Amino acid sequence: MTASIHVRDLSQTFGENRILAGLDLDVAPGEFIALLGRSGSGKTTLLRLLAGLDEPAYGELDVAQPRTVVFQDPRLLPWKRTWENVVLGIARSGARERATAALAEVALGHRADAWPLTLSGGEAQRAALARALVREPALLLLDEPFASLDALTRMRMHVLVEALWRRHGPAVLLVTHDVDEAILLADRILVLDGGRIALDVPVALSRPRSPAYVGFYDLRRTLLTALGVDVNEGAPVDAFAASI
Amino acid sequence: MQISERGFDSRRCLSVYGRTVPLPPRVRTYTQSPVSIRRLVSPFAILALWQAGSIVGLIPARVIASPASIVATAYSLVASGELIPDLLVSLARAAVGLAIGITAGAALALVAGLSRTGEDAIDPPMQMLRAVPLLGLTPLLILWFGISEVPKIMLIALASFFPVYITLFAGIRGVDRKLIEAARVFGLDRWGVIREVILPGSLPAALVGIRQALGIAWLSLVVAEQINADHGIGYLIMNARDFLRTDIIVVGLAVYALLGLGTDAIVRAIERRALRWRPSILKATT
Repeated sequence: MTASIHVRDLSQTFGENRILAGLDLDVAPGEFIALLGRSGSGKTTLLRLLAGLDEPAYGELDVAQPRTVVFQDPRLLPWKRTWENVVLGIARSGARERATAALAEVALGHRADAWPLTLSGGEAQRAALARALVREPALLLLDEPFASLDALTRMRMHVLVEALWRRHGPAVLLVTHDVDEAILLADRILVLDGGRIALDVPVALSRPRSPAYVGFYDLRRTLLTALGVDVNEGAPVDAFAASI
Repeated sequence: MQISERGFDSRRCLSVYGRTVPLPPRVRTYTQSPVSIRRLVSPFAILALWQAGSIVGLIPARVIASPASIVATAYSLVASGELIPDLLVSLARAAVGLAIGITAGAALALVAGLSRTGEDAIDPPMQMLRAVPLLGLTPLLILWFGISEVPKIMLIALASFFPVYITLFAGIRGVDRKLIEAARVFGLDRWGVIREVILPGSLPAALVGIRQALGIAWLSLVVAEQINADHGIGYLIMNARDFLRTDIIVVGLAVYALLGLGTDAIVRAIERRALRWRPSILKATT
């Protein structure tokens, strides 16, 4: 299989509700994709299908292995030390060394022996990132992983995730509701609406990106319009307020 | 003492960057004795009153023996070798009953907790039996098993069974679904999820159940040993009643109490070790 994600005519229903309706999606190896959508648009539903947590009602779904997930909440097992969480389910031999190396990559080497309930929100989420990366994933699924972090921690996490993506080179699918985050990080941005990909735009800005770049606000306006947010020309601050 | 014109004691002042600042008023503190000693005062006062009452004849020995004679009796019961064999008999009954009750309770809770079929088969009868007052089963157990060791152990086993079953079953069902899901994503199979997520996640509840089981097991032991026992602490007490020996009765009760406290302390120590990842325990130990 050459693609990291290959999806054709994917449908998912919960009772009467049709969440995904004939969705097509292709993601190349190493590509960083951001998936935007209003709440209830099926972002998380799609991610759960890609993660293998749910079975689709209908459609073709091929996903590169190994695939790993960072959830919105860290989901560390509180009764296992941080390093043991990182290598959960990985063969015992050399596990400690692999965990320590992965934790060092997310600047958490000094907390390897800490109990998860003593970690701060940002630390716990970095541990979750180390747990996802230690498995050398071909596909990394990120389900709003920065949503519950404070603004400063979120900015540091953006830099960290971009650096780790460059070093390890997995395909990344970042589910987010933050338009700026999507523009900062993704090669390509998808907007999910009505159970399909309603918009698919490449991001042609050079990295590392900054909101001050020419083209950032144009792209932002395009995306916000696609998300149904009425953008007032020349008033990006108001538009930002409206988007949250 | 030099009092300044502003009316404060210069010795109660602090010099900060050349300015004299009065210290905050002294707070009255109890520095005389540590808390543990202060808390012993009233129990000892009660013992002293009790002893005095016994000496002057206000408290007859047939109502209750004096503290001094109880201590003397305890000593002589231990020294003569009468107490220890009875203690061991009681301890063995409790240990066997608890082992059966906790094992069976945990086994059935695991089956019911880990599978829907198991729950459908096991949980309804358990919920019905739970409503039966267990100590009321004593006559039935005697009819079934005679007045041997079996009804005594059965009573303890049944009494300790339900707390373990109920708490562990609830504990298994209460494990965070999100953690189970995450463990599955990271490649754990069904047995791995049970071992790494469900069992450790339900351990806090199970330990609460075991502590409850211990409490109720000692209670059932007391009741069980009053049915025609010919050994054990209960036998010692019933025998002492026939001879109006209130001192021996109190010694027997004290032994029951110490056994209860001792086993509870053991479980709490296990708890501190097994649940050391919990923030409350982390805070207490660091």
